[in-house]
Amino acid sequence: MKPRHKRIAMIAGGLAALGAAAAFVLAAFQENLVFFFTPTQVEAKEVPQGRAFRIGGMVVPGSIKRQADGVTVQFVVTDTAKNVPVVYKGLLPDLFREGKGVVTQGKLGGDGVFYASEVLAKHDENYMPPAAADAIKQAQSINEKATHTVVGGGK
Amino acid sequence: MIPELGQVALALALCLALAQGLLGLLGAARGEAVWMAATRSAARGQFVFVAIAFACLTASFVSNDFTVAYVATNSNSALPLHYRVAGVWGGHEGSMLLWVLMLSVWTFGVTLFSRHLPQEMVARVLGVMGLVSVGFLLFILFTSNPFVRLFPAPPDGRDLNPLLQDPGMVMHPPMLYMGYVGFSIAFAFAVAALLSGRLDAAWARWSRPWTTAAWCFLTVGIALGSGWAYYELGWGGWWFWDPVENASFMPWLIGTGLIHSLAVTEKRGAFRSWTVLLAILAFALSLLGTFLVRSGVLTSVHAFATDPTRGIFILALLVIVIGGSLLLYVWRAPKIGLGGDFEPLSRETLLLANNVIFSAAAGSVLLGTLYPLALDATGLGKLSVGPPYFEIVFTVLMTPALVLMGIGPLARWKKASLPDLASRLRWALAAAVIAALALPFAMGRWGALVALGLLLAAWVAASGFVQLYEKVRNAAGGASAWARLQSVPRATYGMLLAHFGVAVFVVGVTLVKGYESEKDVRMEPGDTVELGGYTFRFDGVRDVQGPNYVAGRAQIAVTRNGSLVTTLYPEKRIYRVQNQPMTEAAIDTGFTRDLYVSLGDAVSDTAWLVRVHHKPFIDWIWGGCLLMALGGALAASDRRYRLAARRPQEQYAAAAAR
Repeated sequence: MKPRHKRIAMIAGGLAALGAAAAFVLAAFQENLVFFFTPTQVEAKEVPQGRAFRIGGMVVPGSIKRQADGVTVQFVVTDTAKNVPVVYKGLLPDLFREGKGVVTQGKLGGDGVFYASEVLAKHDENYMPPAAADAIKQAQSINEKATHTVVGGGK
Repeated sequence: MIPELGQVALALALCLALAQGLLGLLGAARGEAVWMAATRSAARGQFVFVAIAFACLTASFVSNDFTVAYVATNSNSALPLHYRVAGVWGGHEGSMLLWVLMLSVWTFGVTLFSRHLPQEMVARVLGVMGLVSVGFLLFILFTSNPFVRLFPAPPDGRDLNPLLQDPGMVMHPPMLYMGYVGFSIAFAFAVAALLSGRLDAAWARWSRPWTTAAWCFLTVGIALGSGWAYYELGWGGWWFWDPVENASFMPWLIGTGLIHSLAVTEKRGAFRSWTVLLAILAFALSLLGTFLVRSGVLTSVHAFATDPTRGIFILALLVIVIGGSLLLYVWRAPKIGLGGDFEPLSRETLLLANNVIFSAAAGSVLLGTLYPLALDATGLGKLSVGPPYFEIVFTVLMTPALVLMGIGPLARWKKASLPDLASRLRWALAAAVIAALALPFAMGRWGALVALGLLLAAWVAASGFVQLYEKVRNAAGGASAWARLQSVPRATYGMLLAHFGVAVFVVGVTLVKGYESEKDVRMEPGDTVELGGYTFRFDGVRDVQGPNYVAGRAQIAVTRNGSLVTTLYPEKRIYRVQNQPMTEAAIDTGFTRDLYVSLGDAVSDTAWLVRVHHKPFIDWIWGGCLLMALGGALAASDRRYRLAARRPQEQYAAAAAR
């Protein structure tokens, strides 16, 4: 009897510890999910307030401006439908270029400017971050639908 | 001609691997001694032909044979010779060939060092490895053939990705793959045990050195990858919780659990089915890692959907190997038995806790890696899991693991006593508390997390000294301390060294996280910036020519209290063939700190953006990993595994006869 009780107690203790660990891991997980949004969604106010998220798209040609300190950079990210102005302080990745894809993480300010804490551009000349490519594709398909209805009405 | 030769060699290797698999498994099942004996020859033949194929691909790279499509995409005539050799595993096809080469090297190793094992066991182990090899050779021949010709041949190659043109990248994949693939031996031993239904202490003793050796390679491989990311990516980070990194970390976590669980199975005969499960999982996660990195799912789940042949093939392989072995496990594991009984406080319980913690850690990494992929693949949304998730989970999970690590090796098997442990460890605890309270002040600022990290590291290290002291005191071997030191088994030193490596690693992580600092600044020639007590003076940028790149090279003089410490030369390179820019950081490595400088963009004709880092004790991170690997190597080479070999074979034969 006694060893059996001991074993049951051990198993119960182990399960309780595992359960606590699982609950903790899932809570930490929930807390640290970073969602991705397109500039169109940012414009439509579908994004969380005060929480970090990612946006992706293309860097608008001619939009990169350096402030006097040389370290703070402003640029505009577009999904070809809507634009989001971004401010970032720090060194940009090697493949950050005008007209190329970019994904950036940060928070949206009350002034509609996206304050980025991180700018990601992958290490391949022709590579478009999939999230950025998706954002552009989505916006374009919406545009297309809009034009189709207009053209369809004309026919 | 040479590529065709390689192709034929691969096809022959496939035939031999198939023979090795079938002869081994059927021979053992039917007790055909001749078949089992032939398995060994087939395995060696397979090794020879895979090596020939690999040599052929290397020769094509060295001779710049751009009629071979794979060479044309991953090399260039201006590429230095050593990078042309490393280019062999610079892309998908070649790295799969490297995978198979590693598998055949390990298989060859098993044929060499298995003379003392029962023939049936060897045949089964080689058979399982042969079948795994069949899967990968089919994969190479049908979906990723590195020998495919290109017509018309381009005048020159597209060059190796500049990021990979680095000594760290030359060594990182072979080491990592040696580790990944090495777990196939533990896996093969586990499957062999399930098939034969016999799993005992002798079985654990046979598979232990192989598993530990694979773990060492994986440790070094991961450390090299982390070091490479640190100095090559130019961001000063050493671990990014990137899916590619996680893919190699998961098998390491389970492998760490496995080597500890194997210890229990060998010494006490306990945890048998658990050990087998871990062996299967370690290899399954190695395969999953290969799949994640090689199928293209990570770059984009959509890329995987548009060209699914490769991905589907690996996925099928994954399902067959993992699913098959788990089914076998469910079916046969009850026959293996549970093994010896133990009390709630015993070395067994402590090692069980280790196993549970490492499995939970691997599970949480798996969740953070696969969840975003699954969500994206099912179209439910796009998200990523931030590094803080992994950081907090590891802090919380590894704290008890480190506490127990100081106790476990001192606890008795079967039943330990708490007062006894407390009295033996009281000095270690005192030393750890003092270190945690005092050392942060020496670093300049006290912080709770820093103190916790140092407490745990000092605790592990101090407990190691207590263990060493007790071992030497209790050792037989005459009066002289030297003779006593020598009489302690090498495996014990290996364990002590590896655990000490963990302490060193924890110190590194704690102090870097706690005290690192960085600054991004715009600098004109003559400008200075202060960081961590050092003054960095920017002395301008001039152009330099590399073999296959052009670069702007900055000169930065570092002084401390007015005297020159070092001069750093960070570069901004443009690799000509792919027209790809690359930041080449300059690092002054030191025992207590690294100074790390990388060059950003030019903001005017003379002014540049510069990022400077001060990273205290960062090299302890990789030093700790090397100590762990070295400890593992010591343990795996213990003479017990060779000397005791005769005895278990007799036991085994007796058990079989019964």
